[in-house]
Amino acid sequence: MKKLTTAEYSTLNIVQKLLYNIWRFLCAIPTTAISIGKGAWNGIAGFFKGLGFEVVDTINTFRKGDWKTRVSFFIMGFGNISRGQILRGIMLLLFQIGYVVYMILPDLDGLPGGFSGGLYRLKKFTTLGDVVPGEQYDPILDTYIRVDGDNSFDILLYGILTILLCFVFVFLWRVNVKQNKIAQELLAKGKKLPKAKDDIKNLLDGQFHKTLLSLPLIGITCFTVLPIIFMIFVAFTNYGGKYDGYSNLFTWVGLDNFKELFNMGGSDSNLANAFGRILGWTMVWAVLATFTNYFLGILVAMLINKKGVKLKKLWRGILVLTIAIPQFVSLLYVSKLFAANGLVNSFLMNMGWTDAAIDFWGTPEIGRVLVVIINIWIGIPYLMLMATGILMNIPADMYESAKIDGASGFQQFTKITLPYMMFVTGPYLLTSFIGNINNFNVMFLLTGGSIPNPELSTSGGSATDYDLLITWIYSMVTGVTSNYKLSAVIAIMIFVVVATLSVIVYNVMPSTRNEEDFQ
Amino acid sequence: MSKNVKTSHGLGLSAKNKIGNIIAHVVIVTMCFIWVLPFVGILLESFRMETTMQVGYLIPKDFGIGNYIALFEKTNFAKWYTNTLIVGIFVSIIQTFTVLCVSYTLSRMRFKGRRFLMNMMLVLGMFPGFITVIVLYNILSDLNMTGVNAVPGLILLYTASSGMGYYVAKGFFDTISKSLDEAARIDGASRAQVMFTIILPLAKPIVIYTILTAFMAPWGDFMTAAYIAHNTSEGMNVAVGIQNMIGSQMSLNAHYTHFCAAGVLVAIPITILFFALQKYYVEGVTGGAVKG
Repeated sequence: MKKLTTAEYSTLNIVQKLLYNIWRFLCAIPTTAISIGKGAWNGIAGFFKGLGFEVVDTINTFRKGDWKTRVSFFIMGFGNISRGQILRGIMLLLFQIGYVVYMILPDLDGLPGGFSGGLYRLKKFTTLGDVVPGEQYDPILDTYIRVDGDNSFDILLYGILTILLCFVFVFLWRVNVKQNKIAQELLAKGKKLPKAKDDIKNLLDGQFHKTLLSLPLIGITCFTVLPIIFMIFVAFTNYGGKYDGYSNLFTWVGLDNFKELFNMGGSDSNLANAFGRILGWTMVWAVLATFTNYFLGILVAMLINKKGVKLKKLWRGILVLTIAIPQFVSLLYVSKLFAANGLVNSFLMNMGWTDAAIDFWGTPEIGRVLVVIINIWIGIPYLMLMATGILMNIPADMYESAKIDGASGFQQFTKITLPYMMFVTGPYLLTSFIGNINNFNVMFLLTGGSIPNPELSTSGGSATDYDLLITWIYSMVTGVTSNYKLSAVIAIMIFVVVATLSVIVYNVMPSTRNEEDFQ
Repeated sequence: MSKNVKTSHGLGLSAKNKIGNIIAHVVIVTMCFIWVLPFVGILLESFRMETTMQVGYLIPKDFGIGNYIALFEKTNFAKWYTNTLIVGIFVSIIQTFTVLCVSYTLSRMRFKGRRFLMNMMLVLGMFPGFITVIVLYNILSDLNMTGVNAVPGLILLYTASSGMGYYVAKGFFDTISKSLDEAARIDGASRAQVMFTIILPLAKPIVIYTILTAFMAPWGDFMTAAYIAHNTSEGMNVAVGIQNMIGSQMSLNAHYTHFCAAGVLVAIPITILFFALQKYYVEGVTGGAVKG
């Protein structure tokens, strides 16, 4: 199979196009891998080149600098203040004072309200603490009181914070040096330096993006980036999460957790098996949930859009009710409908269709089908809304000319509607697939409290046949045997799966949208 | 003669159309029936007085509002409800602010590191966020924002990273012509002035969409809210409280109709709000899907 021209490509039908793209992708794997490798290499090389440039520039600044600049190398903001940029200078100086004081503080954790210094924390970070709690004789109270030992959790968390802080310090120090260089050059040319007033004005104009992004980015750093870094580190520790009531210690274990998961040694021989089975069901579920919703949603939208259907708004409104009502209400209610003594069973028995109540949730084969069906019930209205909007955008003359050429309704669907939808909603399909891999609500609210399958029981606690990776993690984290290290490892695995899929999908369905199309 | 032919031909077509339409209507009505049934069920069962357990019939034998009264007298429902309401209001305000900041910047400004930022947020979004709740719980409990004080904690948690959900709003800003900005810039307006006086007034649909989705999200969140509330009834939101109500078979028997009543009370305001602002929601959903 050779590379097709655009004209030849456009004659293929949707399945052929997809197969063609998949084939092209597979062929492109070696070149893609090489180019990713090259890109990574370029990135790393570029990083070090940039770093080298910064270092050289810093040294040159010192050599060519006047005494104000040189003092600024040790006292941040000195150059700014002495040249009249008071606001900038004071901010830099305050940051430096704060940083130095924090770093050299001794161990004060034991004191009330005490706070240990950065260097102390970094030293502890290498082992995550080793002091077990003990008892100490208190001469005043004349008794033994408990002395807390190290708390590995805090050491890890604040260790990461301290490392981040060090990066920030280096960055700001470099900014400080650069400012001196710029100021010197400006003064040499006989120009004026920007004052505090100009700085503020600039933040609302030329640098407005910094103003807008600062708060959201601080939030993302503290509440997403930092916790994710923490959990990635936890995957390399033996943090069980359950304190034994004695010590708060855990420590680095390297790759042990990953080895255990892939059955390459470790105490829990069932883990690899359970992980494989749950991952398998997660993928099956994600495929089923995404595509049933997608195609049925489009069909329903087309059905309601059909010429001659009356009261379109009413039908849409009724379906949309499912979006408006919070999922946990409808899902919990529906889950109870299918309980052993629920409405569905009594209906079936009253009609004489079954003699005994069917244990819907207790029979995984039935229950899994049921989950997919109920997910269709939850998901179709959403897709219908979306598809309705998009369908209206398909140029009507495309259908007209297809009709004149004698295309049947089905042909129109496969040749016009579906390709158009696929083209437009490609990115959405990917996001909704990822969303379904992590679809906690549907699975937990419907099947929560099901009986665990003994074959899936591991050191991470028990699991049911319905568990997706995300609900498995949830029971690991909240269950009796909180197993944080394992949950962190599995979270990393989810990330790997999702990232790989995204790379593949973006290559198979070349994203042709251009963000500046309409601007 | 020719007129007759036309009519009979037309009749044939319209007869075919009619059958098609009848089938379509039958399918649609059946579907709507299935879709509505659970909600009718929950409404009917919430008025059932004879027993709080699950029963095998839908229409109560004894109607009454006892379940609603019991909800407020026997459970902490009022507290859960206000908790969720407060969280919802604050989150919708703060989240709208951050989302607009991020999406506006990424859509209409070009600066060093923009691509990197967008890729970074995409990659961060692939990590299952729930896992980090362990860390967040510890941070929040250091700030004394868990358990009884879960409400400010939840507000902080929901809004802190909300800038990452900028996609839909950015897609909207991408569609506003850039010539507007340029004209204003030539007239001497600063970037801030362009944003506040020219672009934001045009962005009403997306602002309403963001407010609506931000307000609705806390009502449905179970995972995070359960962890932060940490088994403290005072700190729960409605989702957690109601789930607890029917979590075990014993409490299910005691609270099943109460659960239905609670579901109705939660659903009413959200549904009204949703239908009032449905137009904007549909625009957001469609636009978001198209632009990714």
